[in-house]
Amino acid sequence: MEMPAPNPAILARKARIVERLRAVLPADAVIAEEAETRAYECDALSAYRCPPLAVVLPRSTAEVAAALKVCHAEGVPVVPRGSGTSLAGGVLPTADCVVLGVARMNRVIEVDYANRFIRVETGRTNLSVTGAVEEDGFFYAPDPSSQLACAIAGNVAMNSGGAHCLKYGVTTNNLMGVTLVTMEGEVLEIGGAHLDAGGLDLLGVICGSEGQLGVVTEATLRILRKPEGARPVLMGFASNEVAGECVSDIIKAGVLPVAIEFMDRPCIRATEDFAHAGYPDCEALLIVEVEGSEAEIDEQLGLILQIARKHDPVELRESRSEEEAKKIWLGRKSAFGAMGQIADYMCLDGTIPVSALPYVLKRIGEMSRDYGLEVGNVFHAGDGNMHPLILYNANDPEELAKCEAFGADILKLCVEVGGCLTGEHGVGIEKRDLMVVQYAPEDMEAQMRVKDVFDPGWLLNPAKVFPLALTAARRAA
Amino acid sequence: MRPEDESELAEVVRGASSPLRIRGGGTREVGRPISGAVVETGAISGITLYEPAALTLVARAGTPLAEVVEALAAEGQRLPFEPPDWRALLGTSGESTIGGVVAANASGPRRIMSGACRDSLIGVRFVDGTGAVIKNGGRVMKNVTGYDLVKLLAGSWGTLGVLTEVSFKVLPVPESAATLLLPGIGVAPAVTALAAAIGSPFEVSGAAWTEEGAQIRIEGFAASVAYRAERLQALLAPFGEVVVEAGRDASDTRWAGLRDVAGLAGRPGDIWRVSVKPSDAPALVARMGAEAVALDWAGGLVWALTEPGTDLRARLGGFAGHATLMRAAPETRARIAPFQPEPPAIAAIATALRARFDPRHILNPGLMD
Ligand SMILES: Cc1cc2nc3c(=O)[nH]c(=O)nc-3n(C[C@H](O)[C@H](O)[C@H](O)COP(=O)(O)OP(=O)(O)OC[C@H]3O[C@@H](n4cnc5c(N)ncnc54)[C@H](O)[C@@H]3O)c2cc1C
Repeated sequence: MEMPAPNPAILARKARIVERLRAVLPADAVIAEEAETRAYECDALSAYRCPPLAVVLPRSTAEVAAALKVCHAEGVPVVPRGSGTSLAGGVLPTADCVVLGVARMNRVIEVDYANRFIRVETGRTNLSVTGAVEEDGFFYAPDPSSQLACAIAGNVAMNSGGAHCLKYGVTTNNLMGVTLVTMEGEVLEIGGAHLDAGGLDLLGVICGSEGQLGVVTEATLRILRKPEGARPVLMGFASNEVAGECVSDIIKAGVLPVAIEFMDRPCIRATEDFAHAGYPDCEALLIVEVEGSEAEIDEQLGLILQIARKHDPVELRESRSEEEAKKIWLGRKSAFGAMGQIADYMCLDGTIPVSALPYVLKRIGEMSRDYGLEVGNVFHAGDGNMHPLILYNANDPEELAKCEAFGADILKLCVEVGGCLTGEHGVGIEKRDLMVVQYAPEDMEAQMRVKDVFDPGWLLNPAKVFPLALTAARRAA
Repeated sequence: MRPEDESELAEVVRGASSPLRIRGGGTREVGRPISGAVVETGAISGITLYEPAALTLVARAGTPLAEVVEALAAEGQRLPFEPPDWRALLGTSGESTIGGVVAANASGPRRIMSGACRDSLIGVRFVDGTGAVIKNGGRVMKNVTGYDLVKLLAGSWGTLGVLTEVSFKVLPVPESAATLLLPGIGVAPAVTALAAAIGSPFEVSGAAWTEEGAQIRIEGFAASVAYRAERLQALLAPFGEVVVEAGRDASDTRWAGLRDVAGLAGRPGDIWRVSVKPSDAPALVARMGAEAVALDWAGGLVWALTEPGTDLRARLGGFAGHATLMRAAPETRARIAPFQPEPPAIAAIATALRARFDPRHILNPGLMD
């Protein structure tokens, strides 16, 4: 993956830049020794690494602002960082950048049940947001599989989703306000405890901007009352097509499950070997979860099972206890880990119209044979957000190149059938050069105008999202 | 001017040398009065894609809202955010367009459960102030490819671009619905009761207050609605009498009225729309000295009917939220900023964004200032 060459003038000024940062931050908040900056050289797309010039770990919005002012004055690029779980290379540093990590900012600032929100510092992990309110019966809905580790900072920047967003929406639908520090070090309050913007919806464009418009230090998040209960069913089918049709029929019938998860045979087999969840031996399986009181759950599941039976399922498994429900989810939740046991994998994230599911799965199977690389599919079927996992050997540069080419072909296919390159992981560096597949130059120009306004010097999270050739002039200016 | 399609519209914008007033159906005439040649989007019309099984609908911006609503109803589906019809309230006539709904980010009572218009909106095409045709988002529910201009365009009132096509995530119409009515309850206890209701696990999809009392809607399968109505009735008993009004039709009629703020329509005076933290609503309502108010979104949205020419913001003082003057004489709207003035740093960003998307200041210039 091509990255811009570091600016030699900045590298030469490292000592002075670090000194200026130390002058405005506590001693332990600035890391400049190479042995220690290495911990920040990559995210979960670990094939790409580069230690930064320095790392700062501020403890407050004021410290974030102070650090940014120094970087701005010195013309140093800044890569905002949450927990570093990005799968898209969203926090890949350049050698001349300062990584600004918000991990130490993890306080709960306010919990307000009457108005159903929580305000937190963004270094707080996704799961511990729910953790702060669950004793009182509330939860924060967006639930990326990485929720134990990932921070609200990254969730806001990537507009992350999760298994339950079919019903509750993704981050942007649950975000009410942020404190944003601009590259100049100015602190802006956007949105808050009220709904909807009074003027232009800046919050809407900040969410999902991949750390390129400002550093988000606090967030007001919508919290919801926990449903009385939830229960999954598992259904196995003889083919991907049939499973896909069943998804369509469930949606059309007017039931709105909280989750519809899909796994294909390679994935089922891998998870069985790994987690022993007792999944049936079949081509495709669905896990469908509904919520409500016992009676409400029975009614919805009754309807769903009735629909499933029309598609000649090879297995229908209801859960009669907490234990059985956990077992149904077990395989799905360990799917990534299971695939990781077999080989290294690249996780894609394109979204397609649900109607195109069978065709796309068939094409991926064909491409898999052509490239000679195995693929497992495990994904959020209700909203068409796919996660093909391509297995490859990361130590073999040739195979990495082949895997990337295969991945690119899958994403092009997603766009071709009316979908998009990324449904929840973000563009980062990974899909940067594929943006041209989905967007015309003027579409990207319109997006870059927003960046021009928030970060005129193009210093924030450089070389992400847009193809390098397209941003060269702006970065050089 | 009434361009026939997107490319003709782009030509009109490209060739314009003076301000343009962008008009869908003219039913949401809000903002600073502006002058300029009227450009109507009504001919850029028609549903271009509707896949019920994928819960997706795409329509050209000039498509009548009614046409979209009907097409969806035929498949037992609807727009989740319950777009309001403000014609009676604002004293306008004509045919609302779907593009106008988006430009106003107009959302009804279900906003508290299913989100605003901007939350259901998954894609846009628009013509910017230079005449360039731009697309963002698409037709799939989950899409984080590049910056989210979809949200930025929603509620931009034609000041960043002229919408030409909009895509939505839609939802099935539930089998049944019911309303719980707390007759005659005052604003302050009502807001507490509404908070208790939406803070319960019983999935409230409407929480409003009018002079009739507090009103709480639940929707879903019949048995589930009956169950939740019973549980909510028990939960709300401490607030006084709770009457259950069952049935889809009764619910549709009642909530259409609440959605369209029918209680304040047709009465003389100015109309304000105030977005607040719900629990602040009672104190703010007390300060408004309004002739009448109606609350939605559990108190988070206050509609106020005031004496003509009143600057409601002066009465409210500082508060977290914003007040928009939705209906008033042009002189009033020229004197009192219809949109809440923003802090200087935020206003500077909005101005800079408009300057980038519309460098010649020709798209509804000044409407939101
Ligand atoms: C095993 C695994 C499973 C995953 N499952 C899911 C899933 O189900 N759904 C999903 O959506 N994602 C998933 N992800 C991806 C990842 O967890 C998300 O993208 C997450 O939101 C990243 O959060 P983070 O705190 O780790 O951010 P980081 O990786 O640190 O950063 C991500 C992006 O956010 C920016 N950023 C970070 N902090 C700030 C800030 N304070 N201000 C502005 N910008 C900032 C960064 O510059 C970068 O562009 C998964 C990842 C892994 C490894």
